[in-house]
Amino acid sequence: MRKFQLITKGFVKENPTFSLLLGMCPTLATTTSAINGMSMGLATLFVLVLSNMAISATAPYIPDKVRIPAYIVIIAAFVTILQFVMQAFTPDIYKTLGLFIPLIVVNCIVLGRAEAFANKNSVLDSACDGLGIGIGFTFALTLLGLVREILGSGSAFNWKFIDGDGILVFVLAPGAFMALAYLIVLFKKVTSGKGE
Amino acid sequence: MEYILIIISAIFVNNILLSQFMGICPFLGVSNKLSTATGMSGAVCFVITLATLVTYLFQYYVLVPLHIEFMQTIAFILIIAALVQMVEIVLKKVSPALYQALGIFLPLITTNCAVLGVALMVVTNEFTYGGAEPHKLNLGESVVFAFATSLGFGLAMILFAGLREQIALNKVPKPFKGIPIALVTASILAMAFMGFSGLV
Repeated sequence: MRKFQLITKGFVKENPTFSLLLGMCPTLATTTSAINGMSMGLATLFVLVLSNMAISATAPYIPDKVRIPAYIVIIAAFVTILQFVMQAFTPDIYKTLGLFIPLIVVNCIVLGRAEAFANKNSVLDSACDGLGIGIGFTFALTLLGLVREILGSGSAFNWKFIDGDGILVFVLAPGAFMALAYLIVLFKKVTSGKGE
Repeated sequence: MEYILIIISAIFVNNILLSQFMGICPFLGVSNKLSTATGMSGAVCFVITLATLVTYLFQYYVLVPLHIEFMQTIAFILIIAALVQMVEIVLKKVSPALYQALGIFLPLITTNCAVLGVALMVVTNEFTYGGAEPHKLNLGESVVFAFATSLGFGLAMILFAGLREQIALNKVPKPFKGIPIALVTASILAMAFMGFSGLV
């Protein structure tokens, strides 16, 4: 039961994007379409689960003073593995996401979960936590990507439903900020209604 | 001439915050007050320029000759973390006044993606200016590029902090309080910066 809660809490209550506002850089930069957003989310999920597990397994042996650099090295190692995997199997997505794949190293969500959860919980719990937060992040990125794709280029998951262009500005930088702002407001509205 | 193009392009056209989305965390996090935004910009400026110089040299004199370019991500983040720590120690000894101003921001900078982003950009991306062939930047150009990028960071940061100080005095609809209104402001600021896109 507890493990199930760990997985589902990342969806709404502790959603990293909409309620904790972490990891904003990839959120804004890679959500030009739903597919791109989802790929970025899944890439982060992969690193998050593995680094959470590795950190929770090694935490008792890492001296407290050097724990942050140690975590960063562990995370960077998994990001390098991810880079190899993506270059081999999904080279197109790797090219589109570009610089933001190595930048998962400095994504505050990953380091945040290591520091807040993984270093004081069991390996299995940490894996569930990573999975939950990762799914929440993927969900948020896919949603934001979908909104921007529908408004910006009149398609959803590369399926085009209007001829010609949409409101182009939503694919560009200003639209990213605007779409995220309104999604957060919507999210706040929905979740606060539920609490009462 | 090319240096001028690099500077204009990095500050205005490809502004790191408003068109490349790197370093958004400090952009939203410490932009409530103009004074903290200025301090953060100063610290970032210092670290980005220094980090790019060191990582550039490391890439071409260590990683490439040894054929271990795949260690780039790990090596760069370690260099940046060590550098930030060193800057902190040196600053504390040499200039306590500057340390007072920048000190609290320095630990945050390790996880600022703008620093790692710029360091990776100059060694992986190819740049083209004024119709010239796309090419990788040399050492001088890289440092100028890094410095100009951090100036762009500072410019956007300080403008944004000024706007947020004004917004704090106004009445904002309740669901928009805090981050959402800041994002809407950033969106309008980004639109303004899009006007520069014809410059280079």
